[in-house]
Amino acid sequence: MILQVRNISRSFGGLKAVQDVSLSVREGSISALIGPNGAGKTTLFAILSGFIKPDGGSVLFKGKDITGMPPHRICRLGMTRTFQLVQPFAAQTVRENIAVGAHLGIASRKAALAKAEEVARQVGLEEQLHKPAIDLTIAGRKRLELARAIATEPRLLLLDEVLAGLNPQEINEMLPVIRGIRDAGVTVLMIEHVMQAVMSLSEHARVLNNGSLIAEGAPVDIASNPLVIEAYLGHGTAERLRKAMEAAGAA
Amino acid sequence: MRSLAAIGVFALLIALVPAMVDSGYLLNAIIMTLYAALLGQAWNILGGFGGLFSFGHAVFFGTGAYAMAVLQVNFGWNAWVALPAAMVLGGAVGGFIGALSFRYGLRGSYFALVTLAFAEVFRVLANTFQFTGAGVGLMVPLKESALNMQFGKTGFLYLILSFLIAAQLVAWWIRHSRFGAWLQAVRDNEESASALGVDVFRVKMLAIVMAGMLMACGGAFYVQYLHYIDPHLAFGASVSVQALMAAIVGGIGSVWGPLVGAAALQLLGELTRNLMGDAPGINLIVYGVVLVLMVNFMPRGIVGLATRWKR
Ligand SMILES: Nc1ncnc2c1ncn2[C@@H]1O[C@H](COP(=O)(O)OP(=O)(O)O)[C@@H](O)[C@H]1O
Ligand SMILES: [Mg+2]
Repeated sequence: MILQVRNISRSFGGLKAVQDVSLSVREGSISALIGPNGAGKTTLFAILSGFIKPDGGSVLFKGKDITGMPPHRICRLGMTRTFQLVQPFAAQTVRENIAVGAHLGIASRKAALAKAEEVARQVGLEEQLHKPAIDLTIAGRKRLELARAIATEPRLLLLDEVLAGLNPQEINEMLPVIRGIRDAGVTVLMIEHVMQAVMSLSEHARVLNNGSLIAEGAPVDIASNPLVIEAYLGHGTAERLRKAMEAAGAA
Repeated sequence: MRSLAAIGVFALLIALVPAMVDSGYLLNAIIMTLYAALLGQAWNILGGFGGLFSFGHAVFFGTGAYAMAVLQVNFGWNAWVALPAAMVLGGAVGGFIGALSFRYGLRGSYFALVTLAFAEVFRVLANTFQFTGAGVGLMVPLKESALNMQFGKTGFLYLILSFLIAAQLVAWWIRHSRFGAWLQAVRDNEESASALGVDVFRVKMLAIVMAGMLMACGGAFYVQYLHYIDPHLAFGASVSVQALMAAIVGGIGSVWGPLVGAAALQLLGELTRNLMGDAPGINLIVYGVVLVLMVNFMPRGIVGLATRWKR
């Protein structure tokens, strides 16, 4: 297990954003964290990556206790995240943006810029290298977010809704990119609302609701878990899940 | 590498000036321009590349100026030994202010106000202590000799030119190094930077220490050139404004911005003096108007305008 999360809790004032969450992530896997808006998914990612300190519990990465460590040290150990609300270095070019990630392991400016071009190709941004990040479309910015993170050469990548806001075609273009990252040896834990993506990418999914984990297992089982569907995701989602399953089955 | 060659060409051109110009007035104008560019670069390294706008760069300037004067006058140090000490002290003051501000994540106007407050505290302290000459200030005796770092106009031109070239090289290095990439990343988005492994606190600390050292170097030059320092000259607002004006007018976050800005302001100063005479405060009014216009219509300064035309 590359990541072990034990009894993590965190409140904001009276709001229990994350309650007693435990989970583990198997090395080399793509797994998903799903749940309705406000469930606490982003907060959990922020705790894992060191941006928010938990009130209790511990996080073990590669067997090492990293609870309360600052983000840059966790990144240096090999775990990094992307942001749901993309946070580019707006004034800088795509190439410069990615190079910041590449500099984690590369001191030379020239080598980091070269590495940035290589990573850009990996995520399909090679045509936009010289554009300022602010001129990218939403889909482009999501790719950039991904590219910068990959450039740090993480062992574990936390993706916070990298498919949100993309149209179906853009999503279909992103799926092989994410699979490619995993095939290159990076473990991926993703927060995702796009069920079709969860179905087709991940072997394992967990459901968070009101800060607590309520179900865990193969995506198909979770999708058909009536408890999850009816009690926590609502009728609309139940319908979406069934459709996604049919689509995945047909493929 | 072309940008590095440009610094060399610039150094050469200025080095040739004394051979062609012998008007003391003109030499002085060039010296003051290079000096203002040095202050502007010291501001630019923190404010332009790091996004940390300081209103109190005088605190570093005054530290350097007083260190230079006190070490020579009270302790009999040689100027060439006092200079590095003055710069180290300027850097240390930077480190102190940085540690206090960045530990608590102060940014934007909060950081600007902290620097302003420190400059003011230092001004009051300099006004109080006997060893700084209190309100009277300190006079460095005139003993013209290269050994004392006291020259004629030509010698001082070379001195300030070498200081400025050093500052330009620091800016060039920031533009082309990992540290610079980190610093600009921190400026543009701290959260993203730390998610990508950047130690935000450390990067800011290094930037403020470098800015403090360069600004102290400017203060040291001031004392050598004008032989006198007092609390208001050292820690008053006008030096802080002079530094940020050069950078903002020229273009922040660029290697040549401060020099371009310093030259433009020098010309503007000559112009207003010719048109409106030496009425007290007139240059401050002009500065204020220019600053408002720049921030509103040319936020990337003259250099930013030039690169936009080039595209
Ligand atoms: N910094 C914060 N301060 C106060 N409340 C917060 C903060 N961050 C998140 N929350 C609250 O915690 C809950 C979980 O938010 P979040 O983790 O963003 O959910 P999700 O990512 O699952 O949509 C929400 O109710 C949100 O308003
Ligand atoms: Mg979220």
